[in-house]
Amino acid sequence: MSDGVPSVERVSGTGIYVRGNDIDTDQIIPARFMKVVTFDGLGEFAFFDQRFEDDDTETDHPFNDHRFQDASVLVVNGNFGCGSSREHAPQALLRWGIDAIIGESFAEIFAGNCLALGIPTVTADQASIESLQETIDDSPDTTITVDVDAETVSYGEITIDAAVDAAQRTALVDGIWDTTALMRANEAAIEETAAELPYL
Amino acid sequence: MSERTLYDNVWDRHHVTTLPNGQDQLFVGLHLIHEVTSPQAFGMLRERDIEVARPELTHATVDHIVPTADQSRPLSDDAAEEMMSELERNVRASGIQLDDPTSGNQGIVHVIGPEQGLTQPGMTIVCGDSHTSTHGAFGALAFGIGTSQIRDVLATQTIAMEKQKVRKIEVTGELGPHVGAKDVILTIIRELGTDGGVGYVYEYAGEAIEALDMEGRMSICNMSIEGGARAGYVNPDETTYEWLRETEAFANTPDEFEALKPYWESIRSDDDAVYDDVVEIDGSAIEPAVTWGTTPGQVVHINEPIPDPADLPPEKRETARAAQEHMRVEPGETMAGYEIDVAFLGSCTNARLSDLRTAAQIVDGHTVAPGVRAMVVPGSQRVKAAAEREGLDERFEAAGFEWREAGCSMCLGMNEDQLSGDQASASSSNRNFVGRQGSPDGRTVLMGPRMVAAAAITGEITDVRTLPEVSVA
Repeated sequence: MSDGVPSVERVSGTGIYVRGNDIDTDQIIPARFMKVVTFDGLGEFAFFDQRFEDDDTETDHPFNDHRFQDASVLVVNGNFGCGSSREHAPQALLRWGIDAIIGESFAEIFAGNCLALGIPTVTADQASIESLQETIDDSPDTTITVDVDAETVSYGEITIDAAVDAAQRTALVDGIWDTTALMRANEAAIEETAAELPYL
Repeated sequence: MSERTLYDNVWDRHHVTTLPNGQDQLFVGLHLIHEVTSPQAFGMLRERDIEVARPELTHATVDHIVPTADQSRPLSDDAAEEMMSELERNVRASGIQLDDPTSGNQGIVHVIGPEQGLTQPGMTIVCGDSHTSTHGAFGALAFGIGTSQIRDVLATQTIAMEKQKVRKIEVTGELGPHVGAKDVILTIIRELGTDGGVGYVYEYAGEAIEALDMEGRMSICNMSIEGGARAGYVNPDETTYEWLRETEAFANTPDEFEALKPYWESIRSDDDAVYDDVVEIDGSAIEPAVTWGTTPGQVVHINEPIPDPADLPPEKRETARAAQEHMRVEPGETMAGYEIDVAFLGSCTNARLSDLRTAAQIVDGHTVAPGVRAMVVPGSQRVKAAAEREGLDERFEAAGFEWREAGCSMCLGMNEDQLSGDQASASSSNRNFVGRQGSPDGRTVLMGPRMVAAAAITGEITDVRTLPEVSVA
């Protein structure tokens, strides 16, 4: 549909996990790294305060783990990405190398920001998520495939039923997630709506 | 038509079309921007050679990175100066009004919109900031967006969204003495969870909500997002209209006010409106509330024991254990007596004039406890000026508080106002996330402005009702 917007039917790659519920966007990218006017270079600051001690020694956070450095599928738990609306959070993950996120649930603004970058946020039940996180830990070379169209996540012999928000699925599969182009086409209807608003 | 909510009404009035991806395209009545989340959006527009469609409907301020001590230019922090300059370049090139610190109108974006009368009932309002939900206090549909969506709004004055469900939260009864809006919203988030509002818009109703002033309603709507709800609102009423009448939007144009009032009345939820969910909370049972953990849902009333993680639902246990370790609190204890290093009275949740007034009443006749750094950061330059006209600055300073310039300040640690090391802070802000106030080891306890004042005086978390000079009659 829009020029140059790829469809995202499925994402395949090795995995990385970040465990825990309510992981907020301040954790994903601390505010002090947002004193910038572009998103370039944010990748290295993903989960910064979880990855380094005060004396700069590395923690055992998965984003430091050498086994996961080429991972592109992130597996998380409940209410991931809550808090601040900062798009810097998914931008940092994308620039670190994440192309898809599987979780128990996502905060709304975060999921919307991911969609704007073409990153699927698909959900699955807690047991399936925890089992996948264990598999990644045991066998980091496992290829995980997130099939947005079929709403499944598969790895090895296992296929999990996943859920993808209907509009997200259509947008990604049909390659219409760049909403600027979509909406600019409706100038006449925009004018009409505005003309009817009493406060303008 | 009947059985409709304010959300239905405002949505339909702004509905442009349904997009091929199934989302609705909504017209945006007011777009607010600030220096942190907008520069990349302007950059995206430049890359595509697109101009700002309706600059007159976007309003800019600078709040996150501005210093609250010396605001002279260039700012001493080079990164902050660059962000400020970038915003200035962008608004100048596109014809957007900017309220900078030389204007006398600068302040936190969610304080200046309402105080200038930009925020009105029945509008759609967006901003690249999750606390945009604040503006729902006026009966607007207001929500936070990401930077790519800011690009959309700048380019088209519209946004792509899916319609959510509506949960009515009815707070019944009368709030007790020294119990305020912040105690109500912290209690709501505890009851419904930090993700309870995902997929919902919250409608706040009931006697306790209707009795609140606009500042109180803003504090409540502000923290909708901490409960997972992207937007929250209160139906407009006489309290709302009284506020609007005083703003420059209508002070000299009563005809315009009268012309718009029928629209504001028309978008109110019907008495028989149908909700996807209804929750009732007994307002009379709410007591001063504080957080004990590292999410805004980890809340106790001041006399209640901190919960044992083992007694919590399984999915909350691990988070609770980690939070208690970080905060260094023990199950079974109350938060009363928890020692603090910093008292922060500020943020888009609680830095409006009435917040400062109620805190000043607590402070009168007391001094800040030894070793505590207490700071007041007014929400806007106008709040600051109004407070100074009635002498609040002198009362705070006499007690040993710092009286600072307007900005987001220590709510999120993007300027020099930050916790250091493992300092503990009694904070009137909205997020107690690990690291939120600038130090990864910092400990934040959220509470209302009166409780911040009480903690500043005693040096520890204190039930404001037990201070000897405070009358609870």
